[in-house]
Amino acid sequence: MLSFGGARFQRLGEEARAKLLITVDGCTAAAHEGDTLLVAILTNGGSLRQSEFGDGNRAGFCLMGACQDCWVWTETGERLRACTTVVTEGLRVLTKAPEARWPALA
Amino acid sequence: MKRFQADVVIVGGGFMGAAAAFFLRRRGRSVILLEQGLIGQQASGVNFGNVRRQGRFLPQLPLANRSREIWGRLKELVGEDAEFLPTGHIRVCYDPNQIGVIESYAEKAKDYGLDLEILSAKAVRLRFPFIGPEAIAGSYSPHDGHANPRLAAPAFGRAARRAGAQLFENTEIVSIGKTGEDFEAVSSDGRKFFAPAALITAGAWGGLLSQQFEEPVPIAAHGPQMAVTEPLPYRITPVVGVATKIPEEVVYLRQVERGNVVFGGGIRGPAFPDIRRAYALPERLLAQVPQIRRLVPALANARIIRSWSGIESYLPDDIPIMGPSARVSGLYYAFGFCGHGFQLGPGVGDVMAELIDRGTTATPIAPFHIGRFATQTAIPALT
Amino acid sequence: MASPRIVIVGAGPAGVRAAETLLAAGLRPILVDEGRRDGGQIYRRQPDNFRRSYAALYGTEASSAENLHRAFDALRNAVDYRPETLAWAISDKRLHVVTGAWSDVLDFDALIIASGATDRLMPVRGWNMAGVYSLGGAQIALKSQACAIGRRVVFMGTGPLLYLVAAQYKKAGAGVAAVLDTSPFRLRLKALPRLMARPEVLAKGLALTWALKRSGIDIQTGIEPLEIEGQRENGVEGIRYRTRRGKTRVIPCDAVALGYHLRPETQLADLARCEFRFDSGTRQFFPVKDEDGRSSIPGIYLSGDGAIPLGADGAELAGRLAALAVLADLGHAVPESARSGLRRSLRAMERFRRGLAAAFPWPAHFAAALGGDTVVCRCENITTGELRAAVTEKGGVELNRAKAFSRVGMGRCQGRYCGHAAAEIIAAAAKIPVEEVGRLRAQAPVKPLPIATGDHGVGAA
Repeated sequence: MLSFGGARFQRLGEEARAKLLITVDGCTAAAHEGDTLLVAILTNGGSLRQSEFGDGNRAGFCLMGACQDCWVWTETGERLRACTTVVTEGLRVLTKAPEARWPALA
Repeated sequence: MKRFQADVVIVGGGFMGAAAAFFLRRRGRSVILLEQGLIGQQASGVNFGNVRRQGRFLPQLPLANRSREIWGRLKELVGEDAEFLPTGHIRVCYDPNQIGVIESYAEKAKDYGLDLEILSAKAVRLRFPFIGPEAIAGSYSPHDGHANPRLAAPAFGRAARRAGAQLFENTEIVSIGKTGEDFEAVSSDGRKFFAPAALITAGAWGGLLSQQFEEPVPIAAHGPQMAVTEPLPYRITPVVGVATKIPEEVVYLRQVERGNVVFGGGIRGPAFPDIRRAYALPERLLAQVPQIRRLVPALANARIIRSWSGIESYLPDDIPIMGPSARVSGLYYAFGFCGHGFQLGPGVGDVMAELIDRGTTATPIAPFHIGRFATQTAIPALT
Repeated sequence: MASPRIVIVGAGPAGVRAAETLLAAGLRPILVDEGRRDGGQIYRRQPDNFRRSYAALYGTEASSAENLHRAFDALRNAVDYRPETLAWAISDKRLHVVTGAWSDVLDFDALIIASGATDRLMPVRGWNMAGVYSLGGAQIALKSQACAIGRRVVFMGTGPLLYLVAAQYKKAGAGVAAVLDTSPFRLRLKALPRLMARPEVLAKGLALTWALKRSGIDIQTGIEPLEIEGQRENGVEGIRYRTRRGKTRVIPCDAVALGYHLRPETQLADLARCEFRFDSGTRQFFPVKDEDGRSSIPGIYLSGDGAIPLGADGAELAGRLAALAVLADLGHAVPESARSGLRRSLRAMERFRRGLAAAFPWPAHFAAALGGDTVVCRCENITTGELRAAVTEKGGVELNRAKAFSRVGMGRCQGRYCGHAAAEIIAAAAKIPVEEVGRLRAQAPVKPLPIATGDHGVGAA
């Protein structure tokens, strides 16, 4: 389980779907096939990212790709918009910018 | 209609006009500042925000140095720093032939009091690890930097107003002339503004006004192509640019403390002074991004959230018009800054105020005199 | 003559019906859509491996949703359908699109913009905390992912969607703590004559509200939001509001769904340099269009909620009508009878829309009352106080000017969620009408564009 608080989203059915595992901030999290990354993270924990400007954790807002408040990072530095990304087995994401990598060259 | 009178009437409330108004007030001169839209809304407000001296036309460096000194005192002078960060400016080159060019420039710039460090490819990577592997050398100017163009000119405008200047925004001047001792500027709604000295700082619209004094100039308007990324951890402190002869390769970028990376460059777009609009063009943005990736490869993962353009004015020799009129006494010009006026803004204001107040300035500006565009058929100067 | 190049942006109700109409006339449009699946937001399709029935998902709108999906299935292979593709800019008669990091340029003779709408928001202290969602977002969580946004959800705002989503949550077994409507009930009675323009929709709405009430949910009208309480780390813990009788109440909850009707996604119309006009009933700017959907720019057509939000059924009609306008303008014979019926229905829907705007008004007056520490721009974390300072200290009384000074609307969402409220805050601070404050000018890209974007297609034309 993730370390950051309890699950925010509550599943209300459709739980017969196949399960898969993703990794969030190094911790394994269970999800279902067909979940968006946003749902996969928020059914395991309470937030997706932190505001860049110090006002706390964020957990998405519009869920329709408009507010841009759910961007997370892959472990290799790519950006993913969690509400429009469908999870795949083994996906590894970070909820904090991989500062050690940015912006140095590999 | 009410009649407005002052020692100096300034037409054009961009950075140059706002700064001149401020420095004229410090010299005790009464000032009217006329702006067709809002203060600092055109070239002054939409440019990249470079506070860069290196790479400039060498005879312009004394002016740029004077301006740089004022940038460092902005808070004390106008009450805010306009996010000025003297974080340095690095220009890299990709072409071995350019190394000689930057070395030679650094050598000559020394005579003007500008010390530049020439860095090898290895030194560039060591100092600035985010710069891409194609950079084979660099020229670093440690005391240059960047600031927020949206804030700088309006800050001077407000400071000028606080100091007693009369600011008139949304005031479009349709005619200007000199009758007797006074210049008379008339707005589209019929207001009249009088002063024994006039300063034209109207940017891309400056030519329309100089023409009324029979000093036409071959001025052209273009729009820069600017964009900004989402906020990223603040790591790129200096302004980063490319020294190249290939126009497509000319890109520059800077990261603001909040994290957004602002970039621009490449081939300029069209601008429409008559409707006061210039449009950012998607094609040009797409042409910039491969060059941005080349310059700072890690930016490939970032996303652009906004692009813009604005109206800049250019002259064929790529240097501005600055100084007294060649024909009319009491008339002064400072416009047409060819896309590199932002750094100069405070210095131009200070120099023009000195020139108008004292009749002379300690800073050499002769190369920018409007007389260089005078035609053979020009009639003798009015007195 | 080469066959005309027609591009439709959006595969929701308006876009699908426009495509269907063009296909029927023998034309093959390009259909660009950001979604992975068709349906837009309101009839968004759940992923393939979900099993809920249309009736379970869409309630009284099940047959409309199923019809639209069937219509799309029938045309999918006949049009040039491009899912997961963002239309991010327009220059002259060229639409710039990007799929992942692949860019392409679509030259067009006619462009039908069916870009849909997003929630219209009024800030409340604490709305930047984790656990606060737009009302539309709360609905998507349920419809598209079978999730509730929390264990105890408060629905706050105004408009029919507030009651609809609360009812859908209740029906799905989610915990609904309360429905807090900022509109006083009496306005609904006053708006009745206009709402009678669509008696069947009015009846559905009343039935829905009754069902909610009977289920025992706390429904309050005429409330004033005070604060969403909680912590920076863990998010929402409760909501504090003033009742219509002036009492302060707190409801514990872990999620808030917030929304005040919809606002059209007009960025493309703006980038195409279409004219806009202020709508005094809803206090926002809509792109100007004629009855059939022609914008002020030849070749640009506007339809559906992306122009003026009328709802999904209105969007279907508007999509058909815009496609007929394209056909007529391209010289096809379009019988007047085909259009007059659509226009008549849309006129009734427009009356109904005005009725809804009066019954559930945009609470402009809340903007003036917002505390200085309330965040107005969630992206950039800019407070109401900072925005007011840009107005009173720096003279930024025009919205784009205030944006330049304060950064309000400068973030990733480009002012979608703060722009309307920011205009009201400025209007109140400057004591000028909100229409004089203006609207945020759209700047490309319409949504964040990767710097990795490749120039596939560019220059090839």
